[in-house]
Amino acid sequence: MEPASRLDQNHKLSLKEFPYIIRWREDRCTRCGRCTAVCPVKAIEPAVNIQRTVTSEGSSPEPKVTRRLTHVVKQSTDIERYCIGCGTCALVCPTEAIFPEYNFQHKFYHFKNKGGIPYMRGGRRNDPSVSTLDKLKFTRISMLTDPALDAGRHEFRIRTLLGRNLSADHLPIKVEGDRLTVDPNVFVPPVREIYPIRIGSMSIGALSPHMWEGLAMGITYLNEVEGLPVVMCSGEGGMPPSILKSSAIKYFILQIASGYFGWDEIIHALPDMIEDPCAIEIKYGQGAKPGDGGLLQAYKVLGLISKIRGVPQFVDLASPPTHQTKYSIEEAVAKMITSMSMAWGFRVPVYPKISGTKTARAVLNNLARNPYAAALCIDGEDGGTGAAYNVSMDKMGHPIASNIRDCYLDLVKQGKQNELPLIAAGGVGKAGNLAANAAALIMLGASAVDIGKYIMQTAAGCFGDEYNRCNVCNLGKCPRGITTQDPKLYRRLDPDKVAERVVEVFKAADVELKKIFAPLGRSTELPIGMSDALGVGDKDIADRLQISYVC
Amino acid sequence: MCRLSAITSSEYISPMENILSLETMKEGHDGSGLGLMLKDLGGPFKDLKDFPILSTICSNKGVEDLTAFMRSRGFAEKFSWEPAIKNVPGVERRDHYLVKVYDYPAEYRDKPKSEKEDLLMNTRLAIRKMGEPDGSIFAFSFYPDVLTLKEVGDPLQLGEFFNLDKSDIKSKIVLAQGRQNTNYAIYLYACHPFFIQGYGTMTNGENTAFVPIREFLMGRGNPGYMGYNSDSEVFTHIAHYVNRSLGYPLHYYKDVITPLKEKEIDTRSDAQAIRLLKRSLRPLCIDGPNCVIGFTPDGSVFMVQDAKKLRPGVVGGVPGKYGLMSEVCGLDSAVPQRDKSTDIFPMKYDMVIIAPGAREVTVWNQLHA
Repeated sequence: MEPASRLDQNHKLSLKEFPYIIRWREDRCTRCGRCTAVCPVKAIEPAVNIQRTVTSEGSSPEPKVTRRLTHVVKQSTDIERYCIGCGTCALVCPTEAIFPEYNFQHKFYHFKNKGGIPYMRGGRRNDPSVSTLDKLKFTRISMLTDPALDAGRHEFRIRTLLGRNLSADHLPIKVEGDRLTVDPNVFVPPVREIYPIRIGSMSIGALSPHMWEGLAMGITYLNEVEGLPVVMCSGEGGMPPSILKSSAIKYFILQIASGYFGWDEIIHALPDMIEDPCAIEIKYGQGAKPGDGGLLQAYKVLGLISKIRGVPQFVDLASPPTHQTKYSIEEAVAKMITSMSMAWGFRVPVYPKISGTKTARAVLNNLARNPYAAALCIDGEDGGTGAAYNVSMDKMGHPIASNIRDCYLDLVKQGKQNELPLIAAGGVGKAGNLAANAAALIMLGASAVDIGKYIMQTAAGCFGDEYNRCNVCNLGKCPRGITTQDPKLYRRLDPDKVAERVVEVFKAADVELKKIFAPLGRSTELPIGMSDALGVGDKDIADRLQISYVC
Repeated sequence: MCRLSAITSSEYISPMENILSLETMKEGHDGSGLGLMLKDLGGPFKDLKDFPILSTICSNKGVEDLTAFMRSRGFAEKFSWEPAIKNVPGVERRDHYLVKVYDYPAEYRDKPKSEKEDLLMNTRLAIRKMGEPDGSIFAFSFYPDVLTLKEVGDPLQLGEFFNLDKSDIKSKIVLAQGRQNTNYAIYLYACHPFFIQGYGTMTNGENTAFVPIREFLMGRGNPGYMGYNSDSEVFTHIAHYVNRSLGYPLHYYKDVITPLKEKEIDTRSDAQAIRLLKRSLRPLCIDGPNCVIGFTPDGSVFMVQDAKKLRPGVVGGVPGKYGLMSEVCGLDSAVPQRDKSTDIFPMKYDMVIIAPGAREVTVWNQLHA
C-alpha cells in the first residue's frame, strides 16, 4: 500500500547530520517564545503539530480518537540555519526546557558548502585535544638548597621588555673614573616595560563597540589603579580618534596590516597625539588563517566602522594576504619598520607579527640583523579570528610551542636572545590555563604572550569552543554581543562588566604566575628561556623542545 | 649549604687556616669536596710571580701528554711542584697533583698583557679538551701567581692528604670552598672556586637562573665561557665579563647580578647608565639565593649576595688580615683577635670590596652609590 506521504526525501538532511541537536522538553515548555526569538541563526522556530489522541472511558473499551493542534519548538534541517550550539536558547528559557546537544556523528562539513561556497566561520581550530602547552609542567621545584619563595609575601617583579635591547658592547656607555655615563648623542632604541601577558590584536570592527570599550577600560584600570602595565593591540582597523588623542594611547599597540584600514585617521591624529602609543605592530600573518589576509565581512561594516576605516558601509573588507607594496620580508623590514619608526621620531618600538610557520626562523634572522626591529610576534595555529575559511583555520598553521622554541634557540646561538624579544600567541589559555600556558611559553623562550579568544571567553562569556560551538563571529550575529556591530545584539553586553572581568582575569593570572615562579625560586626577572624548569611526559615533545622527559 | 672561606692578608698565610675555618663551619655531614685557590703566592713561587702557573691533576699518561703538548706550544718549564701526598682513608689518590710554572713562548714574551692572558686561557682550554675525554688531565687554572688544588673528600682530611699543615705553600689570598653533600659523584670541573683570566670566585646557594645565564654567556663570543659543570661557574664568568670584557668598575658587578628596581634606579647619579645595563644584561640577573666571594686580577677581594640569601655571609678582620666567610664561626677561627662589633654582614644592597694587600674595606651601597 502506498504511504500517505512520499518517502523519497533523499536530498534533504536529517537532524543526525547536524552538529548540534536541540533537546526540547514539551512538558516543561510554556511556549513563551523566548528561545525562538533569541536564536541568532533561526535554527529553531515555533511550529504546529497535529496530535492524535486515543482515549477510552467506561468499563469496556470504547476508543475515541481526537485530533488537536499543539505548539512545538522545531529545529530546522536547512543547512543555512543549522544550530550552532551557542545555547542562547537555554540561557533565556525560564523553565530549562531547551538546550543544544553536541552530535559526535554529525556530517556538517560534508554539506556546509552550498552554492560552491566553502564553510566560513570565526573562532579557532576545532581541535579539542590537549595542546602541547597544556602538557608541559613545571618540574624544577626549589627545595632544601634554594628554598622556594612565598608566593603570597615575597616581592615579585613580573615584567617584560618590548623593544630592541642593545647588546652591552653597543651601549653608548663610557667609564668616567669610578662610574658609568651615557653619551646622550647616541641613539638608543625605545624599550617599553610591560606586563608579559598582552591582549592581542582584535580590531574595533571584529569586536563590538561595547566589547572593545570594555577591554580598553579594563587595561586602563589595570595600568592606572592596579599598577599592572597590561597593553592591548588595536588589530587592523584603526582606533577611535578620541583614544588616539588621549593619554591612554600609551596602553595600546597600533596595528598596521595589509589593508591599511584606519591609518588615514591615525595619520591625521598624529599632530594632536599627546602620548606615544606603546608600540606599532606590523601584521604580516595571523595564526588562525596563515597566508590569508584579514577579513571583515559586510555584515559588520556599519556606521562607526565605516567611519573609522574610511570605507562605505556593507562591503566586505578584505585585506590582502601580503602587503602589496612590498615583495619580500627584507623590503618590509628595511622600509616599513623604518618608516613607521620615523612617523613617531624613533620613540616607538616597531615590530612585525607573522603566523607560525616553518620559515619563521628565516624571518627572525632577517630581523635580528635589523637594528630597528623591536621584536617578533609569532601567532600559532591555535590563534583565533573573526572570519576565515574553515579549512584555513583547521588545517593551516604551525603550533606555537616548537616554533617559539626553535626561534629562541636560534637567537641563543647568535647570542641575541635578549636583544630581540619574541612574543608568542595562538592557543594561550585554550583550556583555561592562562598563567600556566604563558609561563611555559616564557620558559621556552618567549618574552611575552598574547591572548585573544581567551579574554573573550573569560571577560565576556564567548560561547565558542573547539567543538565548533557558536563561531559565527564572521556574521555579526554574536549572541553575546562580542563580535557584532548590531546594536540590538551588543547592547546585551555591559562594557563595565567586561572591564571588571578583564581586571579580575589579569589579577588572578598575576597570582597564578607567582604561584608558578615562587616554587622555581624566581622573582626578580622573568624566567625567559628557563627551560630546565619544564618537563613533559611525552618523549617526542621533550626531545623536540629540548626539555626534560618526566614520567 | 656549601661552606666558603676566603682570607686576604698582607702576610703570607697557609691555606690550612681556611680549612680549619671550614671545619668550624661544618654542620652535620657536609663535606664532599674541597677547592682551594691561592693568589699572590709565597714559598717556592715567591720569585716566579711573572710566570704563568698551570694547576692540574694528571694521570701518568696525562703527564706525558701534557709535557709534549706544552713543549709543542713553546712553553718552557721553569719549575714544578707537587704536594707531598699523605694517604688518608676515604680519599682516593690520583696519580699527580701537578703544578708547573712556565715561561711564555718566545713570541709572546713582549706581547701586551691581554694577549698573554688570551694565550693562557686558550692553552688551558686546549689542555682541558685534550684530557677531558679519558679523564687524564684536569686543568683548573693557568695564570701568573695563581694556584689551584681540588679533590673529592672531607676538607679537613684533604688538608692532611695534601700535607698542607707542613707544606711551604703559602699565599696572601686564599679562597676555599667545602662542598655540600648533595652530590658524592663529584666531577672535578664542578668544584669551586672557578677561574678565568685572573678572576676567581666561589658561591653558595643554588643558582635558579643558571640555564638562561649560561646560554647568554655562551653567546658572548668568549671561548672561555664554557664548562658549566656547576651552576656556580657563571658567577666567575659574569665578573670577568663585566669587569674585564666590558671594562666596567667592579662594583657594577652588583648592579648586573642583582639589579635595582626601576624606582630605586632613580636614586642613583648614574641612573641612565644602569637602566640601560639592566636591560641589556637582563639575563645575567642571578635571581638568587647566592653569596659570591671572589678576587680580581689586581688582588681585590669581594663579597656580594642577593636579597634572597637568607643566611648572609660575613666579613671581618683587622687591618692586614680580613676573612670573608659564609658563617661567623669561620671568621672567629680565621681572625679571632678582631673587634667583632665591626663585623660586616652585607645587606641586599651591599658589596664589600677589600683593597689589595688587605689594606682597606669598602662597603659599596648600591642604593646610595
